[in-house]
Amino acid sequence: MNLALIVLLPFIGALFPAFLIRSGRNACAYGTGVFTLVAFILLLVQAPAVFSGQVIQARFEWLPQLGLNVNFFLDGLGFLFALLILGIGLLIILYARFYLSHNDPMGRFYVYLMLFQGAMVGIVLSDNILLLLIFWELTSLSSFLLIGYWRHLPEARQGARMALAVTGGGGLALIGGMILLGQIAGSYDLSEILQAGDQIRSSSLYIPALLLILTGAFAKSAQFPLHFWLPHAMAAPTPVSAYLHSATMVKAGVFLLARVWPALSGTPEWFYIVTSFGLVTMIISAWIAIFKDDLKGLLAFSTVSHLGLITMLFGFGTPLAAMAGVFHILNHATFKAALFMSAGIVDHEAHTRDIRRLGGLLFLMPITATLALVAAASMAGIPLLNGFISKEMMLEEAVHTTYLGQDWILPVFATLGALFSVAYAARFAFHTFLGPVRDDYPHKPHDPPFGMWLPVFILVSLVVLIGLLPGLIAEPLVKITTDAVTGGNTPDYHLSIWHGFTPALFMSMIALAGGLTLMALYLPAKSFRERFPRPEAKVIFEAIIEAIAKVSGQITALAHNGSLQRYLAVMVSAIIAVGFAGYLGSTPLGAGERAMVPVNWPGLVAWVLLVAALGATLMYHHHRLFSLILIGVVGMVVSLTFFYFSAPDLALTQISVEVVTVVLMLLALNFLPKETPRESSSLRKLRDLVLSGLAGLGVAGLVYAVTTRGFESISDYHLAESKPGGGGTNVVNVILVDFRGFDTFGEIIVLGIAALAIYALLDSALHGAAQRRLSKWVPEGVRAMDPHPFILVIATRVLLPLALMVGVYIFLRGHNQPGGGFIAGLVVSIALLMQYMASGFSWAQHRLKLDYHGLIGAGVLAAGLTGVGAWFAGRPFLTSDYTYVHLPVIGEFELATALGFDVGVFLTVVGAVMVALANLSRVGRRADAAYEAQEQATDGKEA
Amino acid sequence: MEMLVSSGIGLIAACGVYLLLRGRTFPVILGLTLLSHAVNLVLFSMGRLNVGLPPIISKDATGYADPLPQALVLTAIVIAFGMTALAVVLALRGYLETGEDSINATRSETAEQRDPS
Repeated sequence: MNLALIVLLPFIGALFPAFLIRSGRNACAYGTGVFTLVAFILLLVQAPAVFSGQVIQARFEWLPQLGLNVNFFLDGLGFLFALLILGIGLLIILYARFYLSHNDPMGRFYVYLMLFQGAMVGIVLSDNILLLLIFWELTSLSSFLLIGYWRHLPEARQGARMALAVTGGGGLALIGGMILLGQIAGSYDLSEILQAGDQIRSSSLYIPALLLILTGAFAKSAQFPLHFWLPHAMAAPTPVSAYLHSATMVKAGVFLLARVWPALSGTPEWFYIVTSFGLVTMIISAWIAIFKDDLKGLLAFSTVSHLGLITMLFGFGTPLAAMAGVFHILNHATFKAALFMSAGIVDHEAHTRDIRRLGGLLFLMPITATLALVAAASMAGIPLLNGFISKEMMLEEAVHTTYLGQDWILPVFATLGALFSVAYAARFAFHTFLGPVRDDYPHKPHDPPFGMWLPVFILVSLVVLIGLLPGLIAEPLVKITTDAVTGGNTPDYHLSIWHGFTPALFMSMIALAGGLTLMALYLPAKSFRERFPRPEAKVIFEAIIEAIAKVSGQITALAHNGSLQRYLAVMVSAIIAVGFAGYLGSTPLGAGERAMVPVNWPGLVAWVLLVAALGATLMYHHHRLFSLILIGVVGMVVSLTFFYFSAPDLALTQISVEVVTVVLMLLALNFLPKETPRESSSLRKLRDLVLSGLAGLGVAGLVYAVTTRGFESISDYHLAESKPGGGGTNVVNVILVDFRGFDTFGEIIVLGIAALAIYALLDSALHGAAQRRLSKWVPEGVRAMDPHPFILVIATRVLLPLALMVGVYIFLRGHNQPGGGFIAGLVVSIALLMQYMASGFSWAQHRLKLDYHGLIGAGVLAAGLTGVGAWFAGRPFLTSDYTYVHLPVIGEFELATALGFDVGVFLTVVGAVMVALANLSRVGRRADAAYEAQEQATDGKEA
Repeated sequence: MEMLVSSGIGLIAACGVYLLLRGRTFPVILGLTLLSHAVNLVLFSMGRLNVGLPPIISKDATGYADPLPQALVLTAIVIAFGMTALAVVLALRGYLETGEDSINATRSETAEQRDPS
């Protein structure tokens, strides 16, 4: 439980700074610090258990089916890292309080910082690798926010973007690798994966998993050639650099190497990949660091170099090398965070961190300078400081490791790396703090407030204490950590300053002498360096990004060119391809064995009629009115088909929908162009003919193959239960209002929404650009002299009660005979529609005071309430009326509930149809009125 | 009769697809209507072709056509109407708004989408 709390506390703490800043900067900083402090104390409380060799666990189930659980565990490795993250985190919070200026939004800074801290603690305490991945991504995201904290600076934004691209990209690779790892081991829990080392190393997926995981780790820990983002991340405020880019985030990569060390190390692949990348990174970035003029740039490259060193040590694969790596993680975190903070102090006080403009600061800011000099000496590996001891161990291990069959390669290059690091440490120290005091600093520097150098002092004290008494102070921690890394194979080795006259001592001395010599020859060395081409990583990176963006842009432009016609053609082609693939992939389907229905004359006539109508549609579809008539013919044949093949309900529905649809299209066509321009090229026509021919062929083949075969239907249940269960003999209607009532309920809601959308589209057409176009509308063709013919008016008025009665009749009988809510609704709508058409919109509107929107709502409500009624009988929503069987008037009641639902359907259909049509005719009336006003105006002028 | 029905449905589908691929709103809507017909008929024919066997329970009936596809198609017809109505009104509104009834974005519109600035 405590473990989860340690992870959670920083996240909780992230909620507060944004509010606390209103109570002042001190409240904000110290209020934030309290959360970290409590987490830190909770961690220390666990120390006795961890040091006695226990692994503390906290497990919560999240998605056990996926193997994703919130499992935490705390062993030596997790303890060391959590200690660094929370401990240095505390110091950074204190330091940032003084570092941030009054113009910097401090609340935001601490929010980001705490988010990062929580994510980082999450990484090092996760027992589940999927959980670890989540925290891993969170560190990438929160570091993006932190690097881009000064968002008004372009280099901050660019640096943040670059860091996110590289570490996020690495994170993607890591996800792949971790999932492979989990698949091999059969569990996503680290504690189990670490036990399955042999199984993992012998798996055929070992290499891919290894490569992916290493890519993720290398990207995070800035290993060559993915190192370039780290120097650019220096655009962040210095507390961020000190925290993320020296002590914690970049260590996440090496943490991962240490974490998976028992499972993945020990193979030649591991040795050569990890060692080589570490070695190359160490040497190249150390060389670059020497010549950096920016204090933070120098420190950034030196960090990359030290990360390379640690990576190389884990690559060796021996327990002693792992121990050296662990020890160096601790040491590097202390001296490098101190150095970054010192650099920040210099920048803060002198208003520059360009080494060329500095020097002589020892006399102006003695405290800072002393602390920085000690830390720099530790970085260089000067005896009596902690950096010396771990560097010594590294050199010792290099001597004992054979690379490519050669004994000399690693010692020589390791010494070279150490030599370079002496050189850049010397440059940092000498060129900044020593030398004569200058009088051209941008700002006269002096020592900062106590709170700002206190964190540095604490870290430097650790540097010295560990350097003097390594066995006492660092050894227990290093040993339990090494225990965790090596799976209990900690070598019997004692940390001490003096190991006798070992080869490592001589290498150290060579490095020291060589480094100082190199520094003395700084200017010649610089001109030597400048003779070679130096690829600028940022330029290359941006060129790559730009190329990717360009290619994506081209692909988008090609695929997404704004032609809906093309998209439709692509979709149709895809559907045809999928359909034919399935069709041809199975056994060839021809005619089946089912007895066919004999062809008769009416059928043949209907078919000929259909073919003629379709052919004419193809030929004359440019004439829109004519093609509408032809479409009506097709609809009629469809209705007849339903009618002939035993579907009277469908025939009735189809025929009434057909009427309504055609009327609707006519009303719309009043305003749309009456002709479609001929603009398709013959090539496109040919393409479309081929596509539509193939589509038709597929559909016809499918229908033929199916209809000539027998089948087993699930409808026997519906047929059997319709009367006893649903209380009706019209099975189709019973299915609609009872068996599949929920489906129908959804359907009428969709219909209602469509009608309301139509209302919204048309109502707003009476304003703005659409309204202006409407007001200029001129009817095409000859207008009827009598828009409301007398005979039609009388006939429809006489017909209205009859039509309504038919509607009611169809509705009432629907449960037992063809009919029901849908059909009755359509019939009634048509009856009302006839009044609008014959007598005009205003006449009908005046007399028919029905709120059609209300009808839709009432319909959905009626259907819904009928469904809710079932709840009162303790049954689920829309359970059939059978529930109420124990009530006195059973038969009647059964009918009543089904009827209630059907009333809902009926009302919704009437409402929806009328909303659509009435609004269309409202638009028409508005246009008519405008036209007539226009006419009168011109008439008036002429007169 | 199966041959007539299947070829008829195929022709409706073909004609529907052809109109769907035109460049103006009105033919596309007509194509959509035809395609709805075809799809409804395909669904319906999954219950096979039966003459004189409406799914209405009675003592004299010798058998029943499959009611399930019929129920599905009935709602499909109504929904297709809703969809067509919405499409028609969308087309109308678009035409009133821009004076154009092409379904394709003009060159400037496409450029605008790509670069919202």
